Amino acid sequence: MTEQMYSAMAQSIIDGESEEAEKLAKQSIELGIDPLDAINQGFVLGVDHVGNLFSRGDAYLPELVMAGEAMKAAVNVLETEMTKQGTERKMLGSIVLGTIEGDIHDIGKTLVGTMLSVGGFKVFDLGVDVPILTLVEKARTETADIIAVSALLTTTMVKQRDVIEALDDIGLRSAIKVMVGGAPVTRDWAEEIGADGYSEDAVGAVAVAKELLVAKGL
Amino acid sequence: MQPQLRILSSELVPQIIDEAFQLLVNPGIKVQLKEARTSLADAGARVEEEREVVQIPEEVARKALETVPHEFFLYNQDGEPSVHYGGDTVHFDPGSSGVNVLDAETMQHRPAITHDLIKVIKTADSLWQYDAQSTALVCSEIPKEIGDLYRLYLVLLFSKKPVITGAFSTKNTSVMIDMLAIFAGGRDALVQKPTAVFDVCPSPPLIWSQFGSQSLIDLARAGIPAQIVSMPLAGVAAPVTLLGSVVQHTAECISGMTIHQLAKPGSPIVWGGAPAIMDMRHGTTPMGAVETAMIDAAYAQVGKTFGFPTHSYMCASDAKVVDYQAGMESSTTAMIGALAGINMISGAGMLDFLACMSTEKLLIDAEAIGMAKRMLKGMQVHTDPLAADMYEGINFKGEFLKLRLTRQLFKEEQYLPSAVIDRGSIRTWQQMGATDTFTRAKTQLQDLLNTYQPPDLPLEQVAELQKLVSGLAKEAGMDQLPEF
Repeated sequence: MTEQMYSAMAQSIIDGESEEAEKLAKQSIELGIDPLDAINQGFVLGVDHVGNLFSRGDAYLPELVMAGEAMKAAVNVLETEMTKQGTERKMLGSIVLGTIEGDIHDIGKTLVGTMLSVGGFKVFDLGVDVPILTLVEKARTETADIIAVSALLTTTMVKQRDVIEALDDIGLRSAIKVMVGGAPVTRDWAEEIGADGYSEDAVGAVAVAKELLVAKGL
Repeated sequence: MQPQLRILSSELVPQIIDEAFQLLVNPGIKVQLKEARTSLADAGARVEEEREVVQIPEEVARKALETVPHEFFLYNQDGEPSVHYGGDTVHFDPGSSGVNVLDAETMQHRPAITHDLIKVIKTADSLWQYDAQSTALVCSEIPKEIGDLYRLYLVLLFSKKPVITGAFSTKNTSVMIDMLAIFAGGRDALVQKPTAVFDVCPSPPLIWSQFGSQSLIDLARAGIPAQIVSMPLAGVAAPVTLLGSVVQHTAECISGMTIHQLAKPGSPIVWGGAPAIMDMRHGTTPMGAVETAMIDAAYAQVGKTFGFPTHSYMCASDAKVVDYQAGMESSTTAMIGALAGINMISGAGMLDFLACMSTEKLLIDAEAIGMAKRMLKGMQVHTDPLAADMYEGINFKGEFLKLRLTRQLFKEEQYLPSAVIDRGSIRTWQQMGATDTFTRAKTQLQDLLNTYQPPDLPLEQVAELQKLVSGLAKEAGMDQLPEF
């Protein structure tokens, strides 16, 4: 019965059905299934599946985004329950995310945020055109593990370097890892400015973030 | 008869327009400039000041649209009308605002510099297929504050063709108009005989930003042609359906034209755009996709229903080198745009989602444009009867080459491509070095640049322009302008 429930949960994510995912999350609570198990043995398997398909080129952005939305809907219900029970989902780590100042491109950054959040990270998405100091300050106050910064223009990309320098200035460079992304961003660029991580796409960003946590010894 | 592509059925066009008018009311248009909201409110629109949302009733918009000119000309620096915005006239210009160039020696994409832009301008100046220049590249070594006007500065020095341009800031719009006015003989003369069009972009979905609205108002007041570049991104920043995106394009253009005409009725403005579908695997915006070109053809048809001049972004490719994909995407979309009767088609030379310009590709694209223009001339009736008289004395021999008519008409009937297009025999091709298109383009580009003649510009006006631009360059932190 519980196994069937888990596989229905995964399937609701694969199908991108937020309402179905939400319904299953509520049912699992009624059935007394541990919310953490519902997430880790049910819904997450669906996210992983869609992520793998996407990486292979067999799934497309609308499927990826809808899977993310469905996952959020389910997790929302389950986290509320966990709060009631006085438990908490242990997040992998926390990430401050934003598109760099002067740049208003939203789509890729938001997608990365969705993927990181369904991938088990606590994500503070500060939106677009975010001043460097705002990014750094938020990371400091939230004791974030990672700052992930996006740029869609070659003219704004150069400011990704400033994020790293700003962290240096306040002595937090070793404590906070920096991930960079966006259309003009390359691995070479990431290396040149001394960023810790770079990914070509949103699914890859989750893996990179996980590696960075390992590198931090978390 | 000019062959035509009309991609929308006669039932769909009014439905698109009707739905666009509905969008203007619900959800309305976000207009982020107070002055524009006020003028819309004065005209009878409902404004939710806090949300910056304006609901524009159909009758308010329709009244404003009535004053949009159905045609206008752009003039070259000799004062001759050389671009006709109106009817089904078709023109091409190079793509604009690329940040990289494909370096033909290293085959790398690298940031563009002054030298690259000059090369593009000279090339477009020398090829008859380009009726206008664009401010094609952002020069990476030039301070951002003057990046837009610096591009125009180079165009004005190296070509007399009219220019499709745009400003990055409100202040620079005015400076750029002044720059054009130097050669036109003052601002009034420039309004009488405009030499440039300025692109103005709404932000999808359904937003006119502060800068966008301000540009519409400033250009209208100045009487300088504006060109709306609406960019519905199907599936992300616009409905996934092609028709849904056309509805959004219509709503963005109508609202922009309304803001523009309210500022000054009768100012020239173009129904244009650079829409794209979203590639659902890579999250990119393919300009070479056939669906992108279909949206273009469809919105142009909607614009033509109103009788407005039209523009689109076609003849570009998403390939990274000048290969089969580049050729296929560029020539297919160029042909679709031409058949759709779009007045100005920007995009030639571009690769990599409009990020990268290849001058060699610009030269090859000229051949695709030449063929598209030939197509537009259609099947012409040169003789009556069509054939019978030409058999006189032929006696079942293939000797039509000896006919005077053949000699008279072959240039009318055939587009004669440059040596970039290989129509020689295999032996000839081998003797000529067994080259591919790109290699031939490299050679031809060298010849073209070697024979390029700079325009004979009045020295006094050149000096005035240089004084103006070097002053602004100093303010932006440049000791002196690059030498060339």
